[in-house]
Amino acid sequence: MQAVKMVVTGPFSAGKTQFISAVSEIDVVSTERRISSAAEQIKETTTVAMDFGRITVGPDLVLYLFGTPGQRRFDFMWEILSEGMLGFIVIVDSTRPETFREAKRILETFETYASTPFVVAANKQDHSDAWEPDDLRIILSLQNGVKVLPCVALDKESVKNVLLELLYSVLERMDEEDR
Amino acid sequence: MALKGNLRDFSTTQLLNLINLARKTGTLSIDGPQPAQLSFREGKLIYASLGNGQNDLAHVLFEAGKLNTKQLQIIQSRAGRTSDKQLGHLLIQAGYVTQSDIIQSVRQHVLDIVYKLFTWADGHFRFDANRLPEPDRITIPIDLESVIMEGSRRLKEWERLQHELPNLDVALRFTERPDARLRNINLTVEEWRVVSFVNPRNNISQIARANNLSDFQIRRIVYGLLQAGLVEFVRQQRTAPVVSKTNSTAPPAPEPVEQQSPSVKRSVVHRLIERIRNL
Repeated sequence: MQAVKMVVTGPFSAGKTQFISAVSEIDVVSTERRISSAAEQIKETTTVAMDFGRITVGPDLVLYLFGTPGQRRFDFMWEILSEGMLGFIVIVDSTRPETFREAKRILETFETYASTPFVVAANKQDHSDAWEPDDLRIILSLQNGVKVLPCVALDKESVKNVLLELLYSVLERMDEEDR
Repeated sequence: MALKGNLRDFSTTQLLNLINLARKTGTLSIDGPQPAQLSFREGKLIYASLGNGQNDLAHVLFEAGKLNTKQLQIIQSRAGRTSDKQLGHLLIQAGYVTQSDIIQSVRQHVLDIVYKLFTWADGHFRFDANRLPEPDRITIPIDLESVIMEGSRRLKEWERLQHELPNLDVALRFTERPDARLRNINLTVEEWRVVSFVNPRNNISQIARANNLSDFQIRRIVYGLLQAGLVEFVRQQRTAPVVSKTNSTAPPAPEPVEQQSPSVKRSVVHRLIERIRNL
């Protein structure tokens, strides 16, 4: 059995758990706890360990999706989770500009862990106050080659599109390395 | 879609950089210590107003020393609802000012406002696309690159600079086609010295030492260059590429996942794509 891993990361409450839940064939295994910090009480519970979803491709191949905990005090887990990943997805809540700086920090940190392809998912694009993906690209200082994709983490088709775009980026990287 | 937030999360520099790069047209409203509005056309700053008055042409010319107090009072008493453009024509025809005086004064008024905004650390902002000043206002197109550079020079917030550039052990390189941008920017001697050392082999600390610059000085200069889009970081990778053709013959990784080989074949990626398409 070959297992392939993708990491889903992003700031606190960006929609990582919803993203994985939208496509996982198993109920997402997540360790959620009631939130104690007043500053982080946007939602009632949050992921303190990690989310874990699975998509079985065949008897010999499975794709695992790992979601990183969004709170800063669990930063130490990021490098562990990133080990051996095929690529990673940075989820950004497009309606919360106060989290963009944190998203940039997370993205830059993951870039140092491995030179794997990654995409940015601009989540909550169905909200009227969402920032446009092109504006996110500029504010996150992303190079033109990095895909910034509109996303609604509650919508399975939207999540599938993000995963597919990441896989296309992986293939493009392979092509570049073959040249 | 909306473009709104708080200056606590985005500096004025970042907002102007966004508007410049995206070539946006519209008006940025900021609820800071005073209400401020900046208008842009295709990424160029064209108009600014601060507070609830004294942004009309007569006051702008008075502040610039082109009109004296008596002239200002006469204009205010007689001009009534005369628009800025009409007033400008009248003043030129009357020989009070020249066209160049008006352009220079309006330009300086706009710049004074925008530089003031660089020091604001708090305040809700909102960008309304395609909303422009009233047509009777005099607008002067100003390149934002130079505004960003000058605003960054005036930026005294050491903490923010340290936050934006926490690590000086990274190298810089020029972005694509910096020459086109350099033509429109006025660099100080110190900035030119730093630019001359930009090279992927030199980290920021080394550039600072070579130019006898303090950490604060080099941060301020590099921050300005970054925000103006002239340079970018050269990121150091700590590990080898995960997807590597040289490992493509490695045996399939056993579970658990934490111990898997990072090697993935092209055929595996194609199978993943096919599976996700059919979800």
